[in-house]
Amino acid sequence: MVLEGKKRGVHPHKFTLWVALASIVMMFAGLTSAYIVKSNQANWEVVETPVEFYYSTVVILLSSLTIQWALRSFKQREMSRYRLLMAITGVLGIAFIWLQWVGFNWMWDNGVTFQGSGAGQFLYIIAGLHGLHVLGGIVALIVVITRAFVGRTQSYSSVPVEIMSTYWHFVDVLWIYLFIFLIIVK
Amino acid sequence: MNQESNNTVRPEVHVTHDGHHVEHDHGHGHHKETFITKYIFSQDHKTIAKQFLISGMIWAVVGGLMSVLFRLQLGYPDQSFEILETFFGRWAEGGQIKPEFYYALITMHGTILVFFVLTGGLSGTFANLLIPLQVGARDMASPLMNMLSYWFFFIASVIMMSSLFVQTGPASGGWTSYPPLSALGQASEGSKVGMDLWLLSMAMFIVSSLLGGLNYIATILNMRTKGMSMTRMPLTMWALFFTAILGVLSFPVLLSGAILLLFDRNLGTSFYLSDIYVKGQIMPNEGGSAILYQHLFWFLGHPEVYIIILPAMGLVSEVMSVNARKPIFGYMAMVGSLFAIAILAFLVWAHHMFVSGMSPFLGSFFVLLTLLIAIPSAIKVFNWITTIWRGNLRLNPQMLFAIGFVSMFISGGLTGIFLGNSTIDIHIHDTYFVIAHFHIVMGVAAFFGMFCGVYHWFPKMYGRYMNSTLGYIHFWGTLIGAYLIFWPMHYMGLAGVPRRYMDFRGWTSFNQFGELNKFISIVTIVVFAVQLLFIFNFFYSIWKGRKVRSMNPYGANTLEWTTPIRPGHGNWVGEIPEVHRWAYDYSKDGREFIPQTEPVSPNETKH
Repeated sequence: MVLEGKKRGVHPHKFTLWVALASIVMMFAGLTSAYIVKSNQANWEVVETPVEFYYSTVVILLSSLTIQWALRSFKQREMSRYRLLMAITGVLGIAFIWLQWVGFNWMWDNGVTFQGSGAGQFLYIIAGLHGLHVLGGIVALIVVITRAFVGRTQSYSSVPVEIMSTYWHFVDVLWIYLFIFLIIVK
Repeated sequence: MNQESNNTVRPEVHVTHDGHHVEHDHGHGHHKETFITKYIFSQDHKTIAKQFLISGMIWAVVGGLMSVLFRLQLGYPDQSFEILETFFGRWAEGGQIKPEFYYALITMHGTILVFFVLTGGLSGTFANLLIPLQVGARDMASPLMNMLSYWFFFIASVIMMSSLFVQTGPASGGWTSYPPLSALGQASEGSKVGMDLWLLSMAMFIVSSLLGGLNYIATILNMRTKGMSMTRMPLTMWALFFTAILGVLSFPVLLSGAILLLFDRNLGTSFYLSDIYVKGQIMPNEGGSAILYQHLFWFLGHPEVYIIILPAMGLVSEVMSVNARKPIFGYMAMVGSLFAIAILAFLVWAHHMFVSGMSPFLGSFFVLLTLLIAIPSAIKVFNWITTIWRGNLRLNPQMLFAIGFVSMFISGGLTGIFLGNSTIDIHIHDTYFVIAHFHIVMGVAAFFGMFCGVYHWFPKMYGRYMNSTLGYIHFWGTLIGAYLIFWPMHYMGLAGVPRRYMDFRGWTSFNQFGELNKFISIVTIVVFAVQLLFIFNFFYSIWKGRKVRSMNPYGANTLEWTTPIRPGHGNWVGEIPEVHRWAYDYSKDGREFIPQTEPVSPNETKH
């Protein structure tokens, strides 16, 4: 039904993704503006950024590169390279989540718990929700990878892969924004 | 695709559309349909629309009945009613509603009507039904997401419904769920598990709205048929388009607010909590700000009222033009004012917080922005009135409801100007004046838009007409009743009668309103009975209503009337029609109507 639609402008699924991204942006805009408001009030407690977050930033940046490369390989029909790069992207995604988790644990061990309403508690929620979005991306990635490995029919449409990579770049850029935000606004 | 069932159950399709049996030439996957895929887990936008509509109607009865029952107690605070104990059990022991449960009832009444009826039931129904039909698409951009949107709504409904039956009762902190009341379980019975269920249900509801809204936007922008430029779309499409944008951009912010609230409730953070004593005990929470929640809530909450009213505006514009046999007056002004309302919707949220301790200096900006909404609203009202001016009116139930909508919108809109001024708001905030204002302008008016849409598109949904006589009774009963209920509340509000109080007997200054309260309660019962008449009419007409015999019973221009009387999944047999003109060529060049599919002839006058 969808394929029958007029082939002009952006593919409907891609367009839907862009609107969804705007929606996700609004959620984090809500949270970061709440953070700014709270940080200007009394009893605001700052928190030290765990060093793991710097590593995870590098990891998610790398994964953006690999998925972009994977997309290019797909378009050039280099399917074995495409599969490899998608798998690497998935592994990097899992590594990112793991590093975030280690970072959270470090914070928790250093006395930043859910008690209070300072930067630490906001960080748990903001970075945690971002992590959930990455997890969602990993699930989608696993679906795409599984299709690439076991799919019987050959797909020439790059739309699903493009959607996947757009979303992945989005969670990457979102993290960069959040990370810089959390460092600057103390 | 369901040709067999059409042959047996609905012969009229074949009577009127002989030779339209070609099912396989439009490249549309013809899967075999079972009862489950056709009526339950359906991906057909028309079926999903009906699912939203009927779920919304069930909710409307539940939410409406709550208001009837608590009105009973409000009108007669000294009496006990057996029926109250029948319905509410130990929450109304001896036939009198307990004060805590009164809070729970008004909370649920608000939540149900605002979200489950006037958001899910209204835009869920008409966005699903009309968007593909009026832009000329076989279905939504993603039928699967569309189905999920309904089922998330269903899960939200089940959770909210089940919260009515838990031991400690449903949420009772008001439909806005302000902390600290909503954040501390020990604050009240309703703040215990009922509040958690409320938040969970709302989270599901938000997911449903987002899935639906994404689809609506993508379908309108991407799936229009050939020739359907944006400015040729009927106003219903524009209204639903802006509604979806508002939802997609504001619901996530409510989700952020709800997540912080969930953490405060269950994990010991204190985003919203600070320096609180409950029953003489000081709470450990420190450093939070309750106002923060209000900002996050109303950043959704205000656009939400436009999410409710914009679809109604769209439906009314379309129905009015069709039944006045005249082009809509000022099409571009209508689109422009919808756009202006959508923008302003995001810039006025703090007018709900004038008395929450916000800086009065900041408040004055919100006053200005709020009053600006009067301009696009007035443009719309002017255009509706000029549309029916000297029109060849067909005063069928849908047209009456459309006109009634305009009446309600004017009456309720004018009181908005009072409330939008922060100085006057100091006196009338949290009084019955507010109750009267928003019930008329977004409650009754949105219901009128919804009824107008149901009567008008019922033939498209079920291939039959609704009964007009019952429709007229429904209209006059609702219009007169709504004014009788809400008009007097303005006076009560100006006299200072506060909302959310169950019993005013101890308040000498409000004793004068005792009889008025009784009167309002009686009218409420009558109006509720009239709504049951509508529901009877609806279901009776599905099976027994007069059959639709022609494809275009109203002589309307829009594309949905070019589909078969009972369109299958895919809407059009054969090609999707091409569009050559806007949707409002009525009474032009001596012709009563010219459908959008008709090419512009060279000697036609310009519009």
